[in-house]
Amino acid sequence: MSDHIVKAYDKELEILGRKIAEMGGIAEKMLSDAMDALVDFDTRLAQMTVDSDPRLDLLQRDIEEQAVLTIARRQPMAVDLREIIATIRISGDLERIGDLAKNIAKRAIKIQGEMHIPRATIGLRSMHESAAILLKDVLDAYAQRDAERARAVWTHDADLDALEDSVFRDLLTFMMEDPRNISFCTHLLFVSKNIERIGDHATNIAETVVYVVTGETLPMDRPKGRTTLSKAPTTVV
Amino acid sequence: MTGIDETANLAPEPVAQSPVVQSPTGEDAEPAAGAKLLPEPVAQSPVAQSPAGKETGPAAGAKLATPGHKVLIQNLKFYYGDSLALKSISLPLYAHKVTAFIGPSGCGKSTLLRVLNRMYDLYPNQRAEGEVILDGVNILRPEQDLNLLRARVGMVFQKPTPFPMSIHDNVAFGIKLYQKLPKAELSDRIEAALKQAALWAEVKDKLNASGLSLSGGQQQRLCIARTVALQPEVILLDEPCSALDPISTAKIEETIDELTDNYTIAIVTHNMQQAARVSDHTAFMYLGELIEFGVTAQIFTSPEKKQTQNYITGRFG
Repeated sequence: MSDHIVKAYDKELEILGRKIAEMGGIAEKMLSDAMDALVDFDTRLAQMTVDSDPRLDLLQRDIEEQAVLTIARRQPMAVDLREIIATIRISGDLERIGDLAKNIAKRAIKIQGEMHIPRATIGLRSMHESAAILLKDVLDAYAQRDAERARAVWTHDADLDALEDSVFRDLLTFMMEDPRNISFCTHLLFVSKNIERIGDHATNIAETVVYVVTGETLPMDRPKGRTTLSKAPTTVV
Repeated sequence: MTGIDETANLAPEPVAQSPVVQSPTGEDAEPAAGAKLLPEPVAQSPVAQSPAGKETGPAAGAKLATPGHKVLIQNLKFYYGDSLALKSISLPLYAHKVTAFIGPSGCGKSTLLRVLNRMYDLYPNQRAEGEVILDGVNILRPEQDLNLLRARVGMVFQKPTPFPMSIHDNVAFGIKLYQKLPKAELSDRIEAALKQAALWAEVKDKLNASGLSLSGGQQQRLCIARTVALQPEVILLDEPCSALDPISTAKIEETIDELTDNYTIAIVTHNMQQAARVSDHTAFMYLGELIEFGVTAQIFTSPEKKQTQNYITGRFG
Protein backbone atom coordinates (compact mmCIF):
# COMPACT_ATOMS: atom_id res chain seq x y z
CA MET A 1 0.00 0.00 0.00
CA SER A 2 1.45 3.30 -1.05
CA ASP A 3 1.91 6.09 1.45
CA HIS A 4 -0.58 8.72 2.45
CA ILE A 5 -0.15 12.24 1.19
CA VAL A 6 -0.09 13.29 4.85
CA LYS A 7 2.97 11.56 6.31
CA ALA A 8 1.87 11.97 9.92
CA TYR A 9 -1.11 9.77 9.13
CA ASP A 10 1.17 6.93 8.06
CA LYS A 11 3.14 7.42 11.22
CA GLU A 12 0.03 7.14 13.40
CA LEU A 13 -1.04 3.93 11.72
CA GLU A 14 2.45 2.55 12.01
CA ILE A 15 2.60 3.29 15.73
CA LEU A 16 -0.75 1.58 16.25
CA GLY A 17 0.49 -1.50 14.41
CA ARG A 18 3.68 -1.55 16.45
CA LYS A 19 1.80 -1.38 19.72
CA ILE A 20 -0.36 -4.31 18.67
CA ALA A 21 2.80 -6.26 17.90
CA GLU A 22 4.15 -5.42 21.34
CA MET A 23 0.92 -6.52 23.00
CA GLY A 24 1.01 -9.73 21.00
CA GLY A 25 4.54 -10.45 22.19
CA ILE A 26 3.63 -9.85 25.82
CA ALA A 27 0.47 -11.96 25.61
CA GLU A 28 2.37 -14.86 24.05
CA LYS A 29 5.04 -14.72 26.71
CA MET A 30 2.48 -14.50 29.52
CA LEU A 31 0.73 -17.59 28.25
CA SER A 32 3.87 -19.65 27.94
CA ASP A 33 5.27 -18.45 31.29
CA ALA A 34 2.01 -19.15 33.06
CA MET A 35 1.94 -22.69 31.70
CA ASP A 36 5.59 -23.28 32.54
CA ALA A 37 4.94 -22.01 36.05
CA LEU A 38 1.99 -24.36 36.38
CA VAL A 39 3.79 -27.44 35.10
CA ASP A 40 7.08 -26.76 36.89
CA PHE A 41 5.52 -25.52 40.15
CA ASP A 42 7.44 -22.27 39.69
CA THR A 43 5.76 -19.61 41.86
CA ARG A 44 8.36 -16.98 41.05
CA LEU A 45 7.66 -17.27 37.33
CA ALA A 46 3.94 -17.29 38.08
CA GLN A 47 4.25 -14.06 40.02
CA MET A 48 6.27 -12.49 37.21
CA THR A 49 3.49 -13.39 34.82
CA VAL A 50 0.92 -11.75 37.05
CA ASP A 51 3.12 -8.67 37.26
CA SER A 52 3.43 -8.21 33.53
CA ASP A 53 -0.32 -7.88 33.02
CA PRO A 54 -0.58 -4.15 33.83
CA ARG A 55 1.75 -3.38 30.94
CA LEU A 56 -0.71 -5.08 28.61
CA ASP A 57 -3.63 -3.13 30.05
CA LEU A 58 -1.73 0.09 29.62
CA LEU A 59 -0.93 -0.67 26.00
CA GLN A 60 -4.53 -1.48 25.28
CA ARG A 61 -5.69 1.81 26.71
CA ASP A 62 -3.01 3.58 24.71
CA ILE A 63 -4.10 1.97 21.49
CA GLU A 64 -7.73 2.81 22.10
CA GLU A 65 -6.97 6.44 22.78
CA GLN A 66 -4.70 6.68 19.76
CA ALA A 67 -7.27 5.01 17.53
CA VAL A 68 -10.07 7.30 18.69
CA LEU A 69 -7.86 10.31 18.14
CA THR A 70 -6.90 9.17 14.67
CA ILE A 71 -10.54 8.62 13.76
CA ALA A 72 -11.40 12.10 14.99
CA ARG A 73 -8.49 13.74 13.25
CA ARG A 74 -8.21 11.88 9.97
CA GLN A 75 -11.69 10.53 9.30
CA PRO A 76 -10.18 7.30 8.00
CA MET A 77 -11.83 5.56 5.08
CA ALA A 78 -11.82 2.10 3.59
CA VAL A 79 -8.73 0.06 4.45
CA ASP A 80 -7.50 2.68 6.91
CA LEU A 81 -10.79 2.62 8.72
CA ARG A 82 -10.70 -1.16 8.85
CA GLU A 83 -7.11 -1.07 10.12
CA ILE A 84 -7.98 1.26 12.95
CA ILE A 85 -11.11 -0.59 13.97
CA ALA A 86 -8.98 -3.74 13.89
CA THR A 87 -6.42 -2.32 16.30
CA ILE A 88 -9.19 -1.54 18.75
CA ARG A 89 -10.63 -5.03 18.48
CA ILE A 90 -7.34 -6.89 18.50
CA SER A 91 -5.99 -4.95 21.45
CA GLY A 92 -9.15 -5.92 23.33
CA ASP A 93 -8.64 -9.58 22.50
CA LEU A 94 -4.97 -9.49 23.46
CA GLU A 95 -5.77 -7.79 26.71
CA ARG A 96 -8.24 -10.55 27.52
CA ILE A 97 -5.69 -13.19 26.59
CA GLY A 98 -3.35 -11.52 29.08
CA ASP A 99 -6.04 -11.68 31.76
CA LEU A 100 -6.61 -15.36 31.12
CA ALA A 101 -2.87 -16.09 31.26
CA LYS A 102 -2.66 -14.11 34.48
CA ASN A 103 -5.49 -16.21 35.85
CA ILE A 104 -3.61 -19.40 34.98
CA ALA A 105 -0.54 -18.03 36.76
CA LYS A 106 -2.60 -17.24 39.87
CA ARG A 107 -3.93 -20.78 39.92
CA ALA A 108 -0.39 -22.08 39.53
CA ILE A 109 0.44 -20.27 42.77
CA LYS A 110 -2.70 -21.54 44.51
CA ILE A 111 -2.28 -25.22 43.78
CA GLN A 112 1.32 -25.08 44.92
CA GLY A 113 2.01 -28.24 46.97
CA GLU A 114 -1.40 -29.75 46.21
CA MET A 115 -0.43 -31.31 42.92
CA HIS A 116 -0.27 -35.03 43.53
CA ILE A 117 -0.55 -36.20 39.96
CA PRO A 118 1.95 -34.57 37.60
CA ARG A 119 0.47 -36.38 34.61
CA ALA A 120 -2.73 -34.45 35.18
CA THR A 121 -1.16 -31.58 33.29
CA ILE A 122 -0.23 -33.56 30.17
CA GLY A 123 -3.49 -32.78 28.43
CA LEU A 124 -3.20 -29.15 29.44
CA ARG A 125 0.25 -29.01 27.94
CA SER A 126 -0.96 -30.13 24.57
CA MET A 127 -3.82 -27.67 24.83
CA HIS A 128 -1.27 -25.00 25.55
CA GLU A 129 0.88 -26.04 22.59
CA SER A 130 -2.12 -25.88 20.35
CA ALA A 131 -3.22 -22.47 21.70
CA ALA A 132 0.30 -21.07 21.47
CA ILE A 133 0.47 -22.05 17.81
CA LEU A 134 -2.91 -20.46 17.11
CA LEU A 135 -1.81 -17.28 18.83
CA LYS A 136 1.52 -17.14 17.05
CA ASP A 137 -0.08 -17.87 13.70
CA VAL A 138 -2.75 -15.25 14.09
CA LEU A 139 -0.23 -12.61 15.17
CA ASP A 140 1.90 -13.47 12.14
CA ALA A 141 -1.20 -13.32 9.95
CA TYR A 142 -1.91 -9.85 11.32
CA ALA A 143 1.67 -8.68 10.85
CA GLN A 144 1.68 -9.89 7.26
CA ARG A 145 -1.95 -9.04 6.55
CA ASP A 146 -2.38 -12.64 5.45
CA ALA A 147 -6.08 -13.53 5.25
CA GLU A 148 -5.43 -17.16 4.31
CA ARG A 149 -3.33 -17.78 7.34
CA ALA A 150 -5.92 -16.09 9.52
CA ARG A 151 -8.62 -18.29 8.03
CA ALA A 152 -6.55 -21.37 8.93
CA VAL A 153 -6.40 -20.25 12.57
CA TRP A 154 -10.12 -19.71 12.52
CA THR A 155 -10.67 -23.28 11.36
CA HIS A 156 -8.11 -24.89 13.64
CA ASP A 157 -9.55 -23.57 16.85
CA ALA A 158 -11.85 -26.59 16.67
CA ASP A 159 -8.89 -28.81 17.54
CA LEU A 160 -8.42 -26.91 20.76
CA ASP A 161 -12.07 -27.35 21.66
CA ALA A 162 -11.73 -31.08 21.09
CA LEU A 163 -8.65 -31.22 23.32
CA GLU A 164 -10.51 -29.41 26.06
CA ASP A 165 -13.14 -32.13 26.01
CA SER A 166 -10.58 -34.83 26.53
CA VAL A 167 -8.86 -32.90 29.33
CA PHE A 168 -12.24 -32.52 30.97
CA ARG A 169 -12.76 -36.27 30.95
CA ASP A 170 -9.27 -36.96 32.25
CA LEU A 171 -9.63 -34.59 35.16
CA LEU A 172 -13.05 -35.96 35.94
CA THR A 173 -11.51 -39.42 36.16
CA PHE A 174 -8.86 -38.22 38.63
CA MET A 175 -11.48 -36.59 40.77
CA MET A 176 -13.56 -39.74 40.88
CA GLU A 177 -10.54 -41.81 41.76
CA ASP A 178 -9.68 -39.77 44.82
CA PRO A 179 -11.65 -36.90 46.34
CA ARG A 180 -8.40 -35.30 47.51
CA ASN A 181 -7.72 -34.56 43.86
CA ILE A 182 -10.86 -32.50 43.52
CA SER A 183 -9.40 -29.21 44.67
CA PHE A 184 -6.46 -28.99 42.32
CA CYS A 185 -8.29 -30.74 39.50
CA THR A 186 -10.96 -28.06 39.68
CA HIS A 187 -8.25 -25.46 39.32
CA LEU A 188 -6.90 -27.35 36.34
CA LEU A 189 -10.38 -27.46 34.85
CA PHE A 190 -10.45 -23.68 35.01
CA VAL A 191 -7.02 -23.59 33.44
CA SER A 192 -8.26 -25.69 30.54
CA LYS A 193 -11.23 -23.40 30.18
CA ASN A 194 -8.88 -20.42 30.14
CA ILE A 195 -6.77 -21.93 27.41
CA GLU A 196 -9.86 -22.71 25.43
CA ARG A 197 -10.95 -19.07 25.80
CA ILE A 198 -7.56 -17.93 24.63
CA GLY A 199 -8.16 -19.96 21.49
CA ASP A 200 -11.48 -18.16 21.07
CA HIS A 201 -9.76 -14.81 21.29
CA ALA A 202 -7.24 -15.98 18.71
CA THR A 203 -10.10 -16.80 16.36
CA ASN A 204 -11.62 -13.39 17.04
CA ILE A 205 -8.34 -11.86 15.98
CA ALA A 206 -8.33 -14.12 12.92
CA GLU A 207 -11.77 -12.81 11.97
CA THR A 208 -10.53 -9.26 12.38
CA VAL A 209 -7.50 -9.93 10.20
CA VAL A 210 -9.69 -11.32 7.44
CA TYR A 211 -11.86 -8.21 7.74
CA VAL A 212 -8.87 -5.88 7.51
CA VAL A 213 -7.50 -7.57 4.44
CA THR A 214 -10.66 -8.38 2.51
CA GLY A 215 -13.36 -6.18 3.97
CA GLU A 216 -15.44 -9.33 4.44
CA THR A 217 -16.70 -10.79 7.65
CA LEU A 218 -16.44 -14.51 8.32
CA PRO A 219 -19.63 -16.49 8.88
CA MET A 220 -21.17 -16.50 12.34
CA ASP A 221 -20.75 -20.23 12.77
CA ARG A 222 -17.24 -21.39 13.29
CA PRO A 223 -16.40 -25.08 12.83
CA LYS A 224 -16.85 -26.73 16.22
CA GLY A 225 -14.89 -29.53 17.88
CA ARG A 226 -15.62 -33.14 17.11
CA THR A 227 -19.16 -33.58 18.29
CA THR A 228 -18.73 -37.24 19.24
CA LEU A 229 -16.15 -36.24 21.81
CA SER A 230 -17.95 -33.28 23.20
CA LYS A 231 -21.06 -35.32 23.85
CA ALA A 232 -19.33 -37.83 26.09
CA PRO A 233 -18.56 -35.61 29.08
CA THR A 234 -22.01 -34.12 29.18
CA THR A 235 -23.48 -37.56 29.65
CA VAL A 236 -21.09 -38.23 32.52
CA VAL A 237 -22.12 -35.02 34.22
CA MET B 1 -22.34 34.70 -23.21
CA THR B 2 -23.33 35.25 -19.67
CA GLY B 3 -21.80 33.30 -16.94
CA ILE B 4 -23.10 30.04 -15.80
CA ASP B 5 -20.10 27.91 -15.21
CA GLU B 6 -17.86 28.22 -12.22
CA THR B 7 -15.35 30.46 -13.88
CA ALA B 8 -18.04 32.96 -14.65
CA ASN B 9 -19.22 32.81 -11.10
CA LEU B 10 -15.79 33.78 -9.97
CA ALA B 11 -15.54 36.60 -12.46
CA PRO B 12 -16.02 39.91 -10.76
CA GLU B 13 -17.49 41.88 -13.62
CA PRO B 14 -21.08 42.84 -12.97
CA VAL B 15 -23.79 41.61 -15.21
CA ALA B 16 -25.41 44.92 -15.74
CA GLN B 17 -28.31 44.20 -18.00
CA SER B 18 -31.50 42.59 -16.89
CA PRO B 19 -31.08 38.88 -16.69
CA VAL B 20 -31.71 36.89 -19.81
CA VAL B 21 -32.83 33.61 -18.50
CA GLN B 22 -31.85 30.69 -20.59
CA SER B 23 -33.29 28.30 -18.19
CA PRO B 24 -36.69 29.20 -16.97
CA THR B 25 -36.13 26.93 -14.06
CA GLY B 26 -35.31 30.24 -12.55
CA GLU B 27 -32.23 28.40 -11.47
CA ASP B 28 -29.10 30.07 -10.40
CA ALA B 29 -27.99 30.31 -13.90
CA GLU B 30 -28.33 33.88 -14.74
CA PRO B 31 -27.83 36.84 -12.55
CA ALA B 32 -24.46 35.55 -11.54
CA ALA B 33 -22.14 36.80 -8.89
CA GLY B 34 -21.90 40.19 -10.47
CA ALA B 35 -25.58 40.80 -10.16
CA LYS B 36 -25.31 40.58 -6.45
CA LEU B 37 -23.32 43.76 -6.48
CA LEU B 38 -26.25 45.69 -7.79
CA PRO B 39 -28.13 47.25 -4.95
CA GLU B 40 -31.35 47.97 -6.81
CA PRO B 41 -33.62 45.22 -8.00
CA VAL B 42 -33.02 44.13 -11.53
CA ALA B 43 -35.48 44.77 -14.26
CA GLN B 44 -38.99 43.64 -13.71
CA SER B 45 -39.46 41.18 -16.52
CA PRO B 46 -36.62 38.86 -17.24
CA VAL B 47 -36.77 37.50 -20.73
CA ALA B 48 -37.10 33.80 -20.84
CA GLN B 49 -36.00 32.17 -24.05
CA SER B 50 -38.98 30.00 -24.25
CA PRO B 51 -42.14 31.09 -22.60
CA ALA B 52 -43.62 28.76 -20.14
CA GLY B 53 -46.72 26.84 -20.84
CA LYS B 54 -45.75 25.65 -24.28
CA GLU B 55 -45.14 22.26 -22.91
CA THR B 56 -47.07 20.64 -20.21
CA GLY B 57 -44.79 21.89 -17.51
CA PRO B 58 -43.02 19.71 -15.05
CA ALA B 59 -45.35 16.89 -15.72
CA ALA B 60 -46.56 15.21 -12.61
CA GLY B 61 -47.24 12.24 -14.80
CA ALA B 62 -43.57 11.80 -15.38
CA LYS B 63 -43.19 11.11 -11.69
CA LEU B 64 -44.95 7.82 -12.17
CA ALA B 65 -43.49 5.07 -10.14
CA THR B 66 -40.18 4.21 -11.73
CA PRO B 67 -38.65 1.81 -9.31
CA GLY B 68 -34.96 1.63 -9.86
CA HIS B 69 -33.51 4.00 -12.36
CA LYS B 70 -34.69 7.54 -12.66
CA VAL B 71 -31.85 8.37 -14.97
CA LEU B 72 -29.71 5.98 -16.92
CA ILE B 73 -26.48 7.25 -18.38
CA GLN B 74 -25.14 5.08 -21.15
CA ASN B 75 -21.81 5.29 -22.93
CA LEU B 76 -21.69 9.00 -22.39
CA LYS B 77 -18.81 10.83 -23.99
CA PHE B 78 -18.29 14.53 -23.67
CA TYR B 79 -16.08 16.84 -25.65
CA TYR B 80 -14.79 20.30 -24.94
CA GLY B 81 -13.82 21.11 -28.51
CA ASP B 82 -11.48 18.27 -29.39
CA SER B 83 -10.64 17.17 -25.93
CA LEU B 84 -12.51 14.22 -24.54
CA ALA B 85 -13.64 15.01 -21.01
CA LEU B 86 -15.84 12.01 -20.34
CA LYS B 87 -14.77 8.65 -21.68
CA SER B 88 -17.84 6.53 -22.12
CA ILE B 89 -19.54 6.73 -18.76
CA SER B 90 -22.40 4.42 -17.89
CA LEU B 91 -24.27 4.46 -14.63
CA PRO B 92 -27.77 4.84 -13.20
CA LEU B 93 -29.22 7.43 -10.85
CA TYR B 94 -31.69 5.62 -8.67
CA ALA B 95 -35.05 7.19 -8.01
CA HIS B 96 -35.41 8.90 -4.64
CA LYS B 97 -31.80 8.21 -3.84
CA VAL B 98 -28.78 10.42 -3.53
CA THR B 99 -25.90 9.64 -5.83
CA ALA B 100 -22.59 11.30 -5.03
CA PHE B 101 -19.85 11.96 -7.55
CA ILE B 102 -16.36 12.14 -6.14
CA GLY B 103 -12.93 12.41 -7.67
CA PRO B 104 -10.01 14.79 -7.95
CA SER B 105 -10.34 18.09 -9.78
CA GLY B 106 -10.68 17.66 -13.50
CA CYS B 107 -12.03 14.13 -13.28
CA GLY B 108 -15.21 15.14 -15.10
CA LYS B 109 -17.73 15.00 -12.29
CA SER B 110 -19.00 18.55 -12.77
CA THR B 111 -19.03 17.99 -16.52
CA LEU B 112 -21.19 14.95 -16.02
CA LEU B 113 -23.60 16.93 -13.88
CA ARG B 114 -23.81 19.64 -16.54
CA VAL B 115 -24.80 17.04 -19.09
CA LEU B 116 -27.73 15.90 -17.00
CA ASN B 117 -29.67 19.08 -17.68
CA ARG B 118 -27.75 19.95 -20.85
CA MET B 119 -26.27 23.04 -19.35
CA TYR B 120 -23.42 22.61 -21.80
CA ASP B 121 -25.77 23.44 -24.64
CA LEU B 122 -25.26 27.09 -23.84
CA TYR B 123 -21.72 26.87 -25.10
CA PRO B 124 -20.43 26.31 -28.58
CA ASN B 125 -17.91 23.54 -29.19
CA GLN B 126 -19.20 21.44 -26.37
CA ARG B 127 -20.99 18.27 -27.24
CA ALA B 128 -22.12 15.02 -25.72
CA GLU B 129 -22.41 11.57 -27.28
CA GLY B 130 -24.20 8.57 -25.90
CA GLU B 131 -27.46 8.52 -24.04
CA VAL B 132 -28.89 10.03 -20.91
CA ILE B 133 -32.22 8.41 -20.40
CA LEU B 134 -34.64 10.19 -18.11
CA ASP B 135 -37.77 8.14 -17.51
CA GLY B 136 -37.18 6.19 -20.67
CA VAL B 137 -36.48 9.16 -22.92
CA ASN B 138 -33.05 10.15 -24.16
CA ILE B 139 -32.61 13.79 -23.17
CA LEU B 140 -29.61 14.21 -25.45
CA ARG B 141 -31.73 13.90 -28.56
CA PRO B 142 -31.75 17.16 -30.53
CA GLU B 143 -35.47 17.73 -30.30
CA GLN B 144 -35.43 17.69 -26.49
CA ASP B 145 -37.03 20.86 -25.15
CA LEU B 146 -34.33 22.28 -22.93
CA ASN B 147 -36.58 24.49 -20.89
CA LEU B 148 -38.80 21.63 -20.00
CA LEU B 149 -35.75 19.53 -19.24
CA ARG B 150 -34.34 22.14 -16.90
CA ALA B 151 -37.64 22.42 -15.15
CA ARG B 152 -37.53 18.70 -14.54
CA VAL B 153 -33.84 18.64 -13.71
CA GLY B 154 -32.99 21.53 -11.43
CA MET B 155 -29.51 22.59 -10.46
CA VAL B 156 -27.85 24.30 -7.51
CA PHE B 157 -24.37 25.69 -7.88
CA GLN B 158 -21.29 25.93 -5.79
CA LYS B 159 -21.71 29.57 -4.95
CA PRO B 160 -25.06 30.68 -3.66
CA THR B 161 -26.55 32.90 -6.35
CA PRO B 162 -29.70 34.52 -5.07
CA PHE B 163 -31.24 37.06 -7.37
CA PRO B 164 -31.06 40.65 -6.17
CA MET B 165 -34.69 40.68 -5.15
CA SER B 166 -36.73 39.73 -2.13
CA ILE B 167 -36.67 36.27 -0.65
CA HIS B 168 -40.26 35.83 -1.74
CA ASP B 169 -39.53 36.89 -5.31
CA ASN B 170 -36.45 34.73 -5.51
CA VAL B 171 -38.57 31.66 -4.99
CA ALA B 172 -41.50 32.95 -7.01
CA PHE B 173 -39.26 33.79 -9.94
CA GLY B 174 -39.07 30.38 -11.51
CA ILE B 175 -42.65 29.47 -10.77
CA LYS B 176 -43.92 32.58 -12.50
CA LEU B 177 -42.10 31.65 -15.67
CA TYR B 178 -44.02 28.45 -15.85
CA GLN B 179 -47.33 28.89 -14.28
CA LYS B 180 -49.81 31.58 -13.55
CA LEU B 181 -50.80 30.75 -10.04
CA PRO B 182 -53.38 32.58 -7.94
CA LYS B 183 -51.67 34.63 -5.28
CA ALA B 184 -52.66 32.40 -2.40
CA GLU B 185 -51.51 29.30 -4.19
CA LEU B 186 -48.24 30.96 -5.09
CA SER B 187 -47.69 31.83 -1.46
CA ASP B 188 -48.40 28.28 -0.47
CA ARG B 189 -45.95 27.00 -3.02
CA ILE B 190 -43.29 29.40 -1.81
CA GLU B 191 -43.84 28.44 1.78
CA ALA B 192 -43.65 24.76 0.90
CA ALA B 193 -40.45 25.27 -1.04
CA LEU B 194 -38.84 27.23 1.77
CA LYS B 195 -39.89 24.56 4.23
CA GLN B 196 -38.43 21.83 2.07
CA ALA B 197 -35.21 23.74 1.92
CA ALA B 198 -35.26 24.03 5.73
CA LEU B 199 -35.24 27.81 5.51
CA TRP B 200 -38.83 28.70 6.34
CA ALA B 201 -38.38 29.13 10.08
CA GLU B 202 -35.54 31.56 9.54
CA VAL B 203 -37.16 33.78 6.91
CA LYS B 204 -40.90 33.56 7.41
CA ASP B 205 -41.01 36.96 9.08
CA LYS B 206 -38.94 38.72 6.47
CA LEU B 207 -40.00 37.40 3.11
CA ASN B 208 -39.70 40.87 1.66
CA ALA B 209 -36.11 41.29 2.73
CA SER B 210 -33.53 41.00 0.00
CA GLY B 211 -32.22 37.53 -0.74
CA LEU B 212 -28.79 39.05 -0.55
CA SER B 213 -29.26 39.96 3.10
CA LEU B 214 -29.15 36.30 4.07
CA SER B 215 -26.05 34.49 5.26
CA GLY B 216 -24.14 32.28 2.83
CA GLY B 217 -25.75 29.11 4.14
CA GLN B 218 -29.20 30.66 4.03
CA GLN B 219 -28.57 31.94 0.51
CA GLN B 220 -27.67 28.45 -0.59
CA ARG B 221 -30.83 27.06 0.96
CA LEU B 222 -32.74 29.85 -0.78
CA CYS B 223 -31.29 28.61 -4.06
CA ILE B 224 -32.41 25.10 -3.16
CA ALA B 225 -35.87 26.46 -2.35
CA ARG B 226 -35.92 28.21 -5.71
CA THR B 227 -35.11 24.90 -7.36
CA VAL B 228 -37.64 22.81 -5.51
CA ALA B 229 -40.35 25.46 -5.97
CA LEU B 230 -40.52 24.31 -9.57
CA GLN B 231 -41.19 20.79 -8.39
CA PRO B 232 -38.49 19.21 -10.49
CA GLU B 233 -37.86 15.49 -10.49
CA VAL B 234 -34.13 15.47 -10.34
CA ILE B 235 -31.95 17.93 -8.44
CA LEU B 236 -28.31 18.40 -9.33
CA LEU B 237 -26.09 19.85 -6.63
CA ASP B 238 -22.66 21.00 -7.70
CA GLU B 239 -20.55 21.38 -4.57
CA PRO B 240 -23.42 23.00 -2.72
CA CYS B 241 -21.53 23.29 0.56
CA SER B 242 -18.02 24.15 -0.49
CA ALA B 243 -18.42 27.78 0.49
CA LEU B 244 -20.32 27.12 3.70
CA ASP B 245 -19.46 26.72 7.36
CA PRO B 246 -20.07 23.36 9.08
CA ILE B 247 -23.41 24.33 10.61
CA SER B 248 -24.80 25.55 7.31
CA THR B 249 -23.38 22.45 5.70
CA ALA B 250 -25.18 20.28 8.23
CA LYS B 251 -28.43 22.11 7.48
CA ILE B 252 -28.01 21.59 3.75
CA GLU B 253 -27.26 17.92 4.35
CA GLU B 254 -30.37 17.62 6.46
CA THR B 255 -32.27 19.27 3.62
CA ILE B 256 -30.84 16.79 1.13
CA ASP B 257 -31.95 13.96 3.38
CA GLU B 258 -35.51 15.24 3.44
CA LEU B 259 -35.63 16.01 -0.26
CA THR B 260 -35.11 12.38 -1.22
CA ASP B 261 -38.74 11.70 -0.37
CA ASN B 262 -39.70 13.62 -3.48
CA TYR B 263 -36.63 13.97 -5.62
CA THR B 264 -33.77 12.07 -7.13
CA ILE B 265 -30.55 13.80 -6.25
CA ALA B 266 -27.08 13.90 -7.76
CA ILE B 267 -24.38 15.70 -5.84
CA VAL B 268 -20.82 16.57 -6.78
CA THR B 269 -18.63 17.06 -3.76
CA HIS B 270 -14.97 17.35 -2.92
CA ASN B 271 -15.73 16.48 0.64
CA MET B 272 -15.59 12.72 0.89
CA GLN B 273 -17.03 12.66 4.36
CA GLN B 274 -19.97 14.55 2.95
CA ALA B 275 -20.40 12.00 0.20
CA ALA B 276 -20.24 9.27 2.81
CA ARG B 277 -22.81 11.06 4.94
CA VAL B 278 -25.46 12.05 2.44
CA SER B 279 -25.39 9.61 -0.42
CA ASP B 280 -26.85 6.19 -1.07
CA HIS B 281 -24.61 5.48 -4.03
CA THR B 282 -21.22 6.84 -4.87
CA ALA B 283 -19.44 7.13 -8.18
CA PHE B 284 -15.70 7.62 -8.17
CA MET B 285 -14.35 9.26 -11.31
CA TYR B 286 -10.81 9.82 -12.44
CA LEU B 287 -9.50 11.47 -15.61
CA GLY B 288 -12.86 11.32 -17.33
CA GLU B 289 -13.51 7.72 -16.49
CA LEU B 290 -15.90 6.11 -14.07
CA ILE B 291 -13.62 3.99 -11.94
CA GLU B 292 -16.14 2.59 -9.50
CA PHE B 293 -19.82 2.93 -8.82
CA GLY B 294 -21.48 1.27 -5.88
CA VAL B 295 -23.40 1.47 -2.66
CA THR B 296 -21.88 4.21 -0.54
CA ALA B 297 -21.46 2.05 2.53
CA GLN B 298 -19.33 -0.34 0.55
CA ILE B 299 -17.33 2.27 -1.36
CA PHE B 300 -16.17 3.88 1.85
CA THR B 301 -15.45 0.74 3.83
CA SER B 302 -14.16 -1.68 1.24
CA PRO B 303 -14.00 -0.34 -2.28
CA GLU B 304 -13.22 -2.84 -4.98
CA LYS B 305 -10.80 -0.78 -7.01
CA LYS B 306 -7.33 0.15 -5.91
CA GLN B 307 -7.68 3.65 -7.34
CA THR B 308 -10.83 4.29 -5.35
CA GLN B 309 -9.11 3.07 -2.24
CA ASN B 310 -6.12 5.31 -2.83
CA TYR B 311 -8.29 8.34 -3.42
CA ILE B 312 -10.64 8.02 -0.48
CA THR B 313 -7.86 7.16 1.94
CA GLY B 314 -5.83 10.17 0.88
CA ARG B 315 -3.06 8.32 -0.91
CA PHE B 316 -3.61 9.77 -4.35
CA GLY B 317 -0.56 11.29 -5.95
